[in-house]
Amino acid sequence: MQPIELFHNQKITTRQPKLRFIFRLAALIFLSSLYGTISASASASGNENLVGTAAYIDDLVNRLPKTKLRELPELVDELSAAKDVRLFPLFESMLAGKLYFRKSDKTVLLITNKKDKGVYQAKDVLSGDMIKSIGKKEIKKIRVNNKLRKQLRKVIAKITLFGDNPKRRLEAVEKLIGDLNHDNLVLIKQAKRQEKDSSVIKKIDLALAIANLDSDTAETRRSALTELAGELHPAVRNRLEKFVAKDESGAYLEQDKTLVTLAESAIKKIEGKLSFYSFIERVFFGLSLGSVLLLAAIGLSITFGVMGVINMAHGELLMLGAYTTYVVQQIMPNHIGTSILVAIPSAFLVCGLVGVAIERGVIKFLKGRPLETLLATFGVSLVLQQAVRSIFSPLNRQVNTPEWMSGALEINPALALTYNRLYIIIFSLLVFAILLFVMKKTSLGLYVRAVSQNRNMAKAVGIRSEWIDAMTFGLGSGVAGVAGVALSQLTNVGPNLGQAYIIDSFMVVVFGGVGNLWGTLVAAFSLGIFGKFLEPITGAVLAQIFVLVFIVLFIQKRPRGLFPQRGRAAE
Amino acid sequence: MTNLFGTTSLPGFFPRTKLLSMDGGKVFLSLLIVVTIGASIGNLVFSPESIFYVDTYTITLLGKYLSFALLAMAVDIVWGYCGILSLGHGAFFALGGYGMGMYLMRQIGDRGVYGDPLLPDFMVFLNWSELPWFWQGFDSFIFAMCMVVLVPGLLALIFGWLAFRSRVTGVYLSIMTQAFTFALMLAFFRNEMGFGGNNGLTDFKDILGFNLQSDVTRVALFSLTAIILGGAFLLSQFLLSSKFGRVIEAIRDSESRVRFVGFKTENYKVWLFVYSAVLAAIAGALYVPQVGIINPGEFQPLNSIEVVVWVAIGGRGLLYGAVFGALLVNYAKTQLTGLMPEAWLFALGALFIGVTIFLPRGIVGLLSAKGKE
Repeated sequence: MQPIELFHNQKITTRQPKLRFIFRLAALIFLSSLYGTISASASASGNENLVGTAAYIDDLVNRLPKTKLRELPELVDELSAAKDVRLFPLFESMLAGKLYFRKSDKTVLLITNKKDKGVYQAKDVLSGDMIKSIGKKEIKKIRVNNKLRKQLRKVIAKITLFGDNPKRRLEAVEKLIGDLNHDNLVLIKQAKRQEKDSSVIKKIDLALAIANLDSDTAETRRSALTELAGELHPAVRNRLEKFVAKDESGAYLEQDKTLVTLAESAIKKIEGKLSFYSFIERVFFGLSLGSVLLLAAIGLSITFGVMGVINMAHGELLMLGAYTTYVVQQIMPNHIGTSILVAIPSAFLVCGLVGVAIERGVIKFLKGRPLETLLATFGVSLVLQQAVRSIFSPLNRQVNTPEWMSGALEINPALALTYNRLYIIIFSLLVFAILLFVMKKTSLGLYVRAVSQNRNMAKAVGIRSEWIDAMTFGLGSGVAGVAGVALSQLTNVGPNLGQAYIIDSFMVVVFGGVGNLWGTLVAAFSLGIFGKFLEPITGAVLAQIFVLVFIVLFIQKRPRGLFPQRGRAAE
Repeated sequence: MTNLFGTTSLPGFFPRTKLLSMDGGKVFLSLLIVVTIGASIGNLVFSPESIFYVDTYTITLLGKYLSFALLAMAVDIVWGYCGILSLGHGAFFALGGYGMGMYLMRQIGDRGVYGDPLLPDFMVFLNWSELPWFWQGFDSFIFAMCMVVLVPGLLALIFGWLAFRSRVTGVYLSIMTQAFTFALMLAFFRNEMGFGGNNGLTDFKDILGFNLQSDVTRVALFSLTAIILGGAFLLSQFLLSSKFGRVIEAIRDSESRVRFVGFKTENYKVWLFVYSAVLAAIAGALYVPQVGIINPGEFQPLNSIEVVVWVAIGGRGLLYGAVFGALLVNYAKTQLTGLMPEAWLFALGALFIGVTIFLPRGIVGLLSAKGKE
C-alpha cells in the first residue's frame, strides 16, 4: 500500500513522541482501508468507529483557528499525515495567505475571490459550501510565518509527488530539485520505486544525479558529472559552476583536477546547447513577428497590391477586427474559448462591410488618382479612429486570451514556445493559404486579376468591374479584420492599434513586390527574422528604425520590390 | 505614374496666366503687411482697455499660424508644382524646430531646475556628465541657425537624391517619406538620442538676450515670421516663374516627356525638394520660440499629412492658396478643439474626404474659377 510507506517516512522525520501514537493509529486505519486514499472511503462510508477519518480531520481543521502560531507546525504535520484530498486546497491557500476563519462560529474558510472592496467570496473548507459574499470584518486570517511556509511547501510537494496526476508529480519533483536535502532525497527515491511515468522517472534521475554531485565518493561524483554533461536544467548549471569556482589567487577550489576538467567540458557542452536553443528561439520570435507583419499586410496586398488602391484606413480595419473580438467576448463572457472562433467570421463580415462601404462611398470617385485616394482614405481612418474613441472610450480594452492559447510548449528547460505565438504563426499561414486559393482557384479571383490587369478588356468580356472592385476591397478589408482578431491576442486593443501597423504593412507589401502574394509572405517573415536578430544588438526601437532605413534603401535599389511583377500587367 | 492627376487631368488644369499673375499674390502680401503692422501696433501701443488692443495670446497664435503657413507653402512647392506628395515634411519642420530648441536650451544656462551651467536639465536627470558632441556650438545663434538650414537640407538632399535618381515616384515616394518621418519619430523618442526623449525640449528663457515671455519679443517674433513668410513667398514665386520653375511644372505634368527632351529631371526634383525642406525647417525654427516647446510628437506622420490637407483645402499649385488653407484649417482647429475636442478628428477626417472628392482644386482654386466666369 502506497500510503504506508509515506507514512513511515513521515514518522521518521517527526520528532514529536506524542505524535507517534497518533501516527500509529493512523497507520492502522491505512491498513484497514483497501483504498489507495483513505479519505475518500472514510468520508464516503462515514463509519464512526474509525477514529481519525472524516470526524478526525474535521476536528483537526477546526482546531486551526484556536491554535497559536507557534504550535501550528505540529497541527500541519498531523493534517498532512491524514492525507485527505480536501486538505490539498487548504494547504495551498494557507501558503498563499488566503486561509481565514469566520469570527462568529470559527468555520475555516478559503477566500476564492475578491468581489469588491472589503467583500470576498469564500468556500467552507470542510463542507465545500460556497459563501457568496462575506465582509472583511467578519473574518480573520490564519497567520503563517516563514517557517510554516517552508513546511507547507514541503507538504504540498509530498502530496503531489504521490498523487495521481503525472503532470503534478513532475512539478513536484521539479520543486524538490531546488532543495535537495536528505529528507527530500529519501522522498524522491521512494517516489522512483513506484513511478511508472517515464518523464517523471527521467526527472527523478536528474534530481538524483544532481544530488550525486555532492556525494562523498569521487567515483560517484565523476559518473554524475559525465551523466549531467549537456543537461539544460538551470540547477545543473548552477551546481557545476561551483566545481570550477576559483579562489582569490585564481586556483581552483576543487582539489580533484579530473572533476574540474569534467565539469568544464560539461559546462561547455551546456553552453553550446544553450546558444543553439537561443538561436532557435530567436528564429521562432522572428517567425512570430513575421506572422504578425504578414497578417497586418496580407489584406493590404490585396487592396494595394492587386487593386492598386492606397488604403490608409487599413490599420483601422485591423483595429475594427480587434474591437469585434472585444464585443464578441462581451456578448459571450462565459465562453472565452469559443469566442475567438466566433470572432473570426464576425470580424470578416464587419470589416468586409466597412470595406465595401469605403469603396462605394469614397474610393469609387477617385479612380486613377492614387494620391487623392491616399488622402481621402486617411480621412476615413481619422473618422474610424475617433468613432471608436467615442463609442468605446480612448482607453485600451481588455481582450481575454482563451485557455487553449495560454501557456507554452516546453521543449526543454532552455526552449519554450508560447502557444499564442505558435497559433498565430499557424493562423497567418492558414489565412495566406486561403487567400491564395481564392485568388488563384476561384472565379472571383480570376475576375479580380482580370480587372486589375486590364479593366477595359475585362469589361468587354462581360465582367462587372464595379462589382468586382467592391468585392475585392471587401475581401481585403475582411482579411484585415481577421488579422485584427489575431492581433487582439498579442497587443493592446485601443484606438491607436491601427496606426502602429499601417507603415509596417505598407513596407512589407512594397518590399515584397506589389501585386505578389508570395512576395508579401517572404517579405513579412524575412523582415520579422531580420528585426529580431538585430534586436539584441541594437535594442527594439533602433532595430525598427534600421529595418525602415533598410527598406527605404532597398526600394532605391529595386523600386518594385523583391518579386516585381513582370509582363504587361506590370505597367 | 508620371502624371499627378492620372487620366482626369487636363493640360489647362492650372491656367498659366493665373500662375504667373501676381493678382492673388498682391492681395496676399498686402493683407499680410496690414495684419502684421496692425496687430503689432494693437499690442504694443494701445492699452488693454482699448478696442484696438490685440492681446499677446492672439499675437502668439498668429505667429504660430504664420509658421504653419510657411510649412504649408513648402509642401505646396513640391506637391502643387512638382507632383511630389511628401508625407514627411513635418520631419524637416521638427528638425528645424529642434535646432532652434537646442540653441534656446543652451541659453537657459544655470537657470534650469538643476542649475547646471553647461548641461540642460534632462541630461542632468539622465546622469550625463558632459555635453554630447552634437550639442557643441549650439550656444552660438549663428551656428544654430546654420544647422537649422543645413541638417534638414542635407537630409533632404540625401533622401531626394536616393529617391529621385532611382525614379521612385507617386505613392511609393509618399509612403517612403512617411516611413522616413516615422523612423525619425522613433529615434527622437529614445532618451539615449540626447534630444530630451519623450518630453523634448522646453522651459526656454530667452533668445538673443531678450526674454521670450515679454510682449515686445513676442511681437518681434511674430513680425519676423510674417516677414520671412512674405520673403519666402516672393522668392518662391520668382523661382517658380523662372525657367527652373517651368521645367518643374513640366515634370509634374509629364515627367518622361521632359526627360526625353533632354532635361535631367531628377536634378530639378532634388533641388526643389531641398529648397522646400529648408523652408519647412525655417518654419519649424520660427515655431519653437513662439510655442515654447518641441517634442518628438512633431514627427508624427499624422502631422505631416495634416499639412497636406491644409494645402489641398487652400488650393495647391497656388502659393497663397496653401497659406490660406493653413490659416483657415488652423483657425478652425483652435475653435473646434476649444468647443468640442471630440469633433475635431471627425471634422478633419471629413475635410480630407470632402476636399479630395468635391474640391480637387481647393477653395482658392474654386474662387478664381468663379471669378473667371
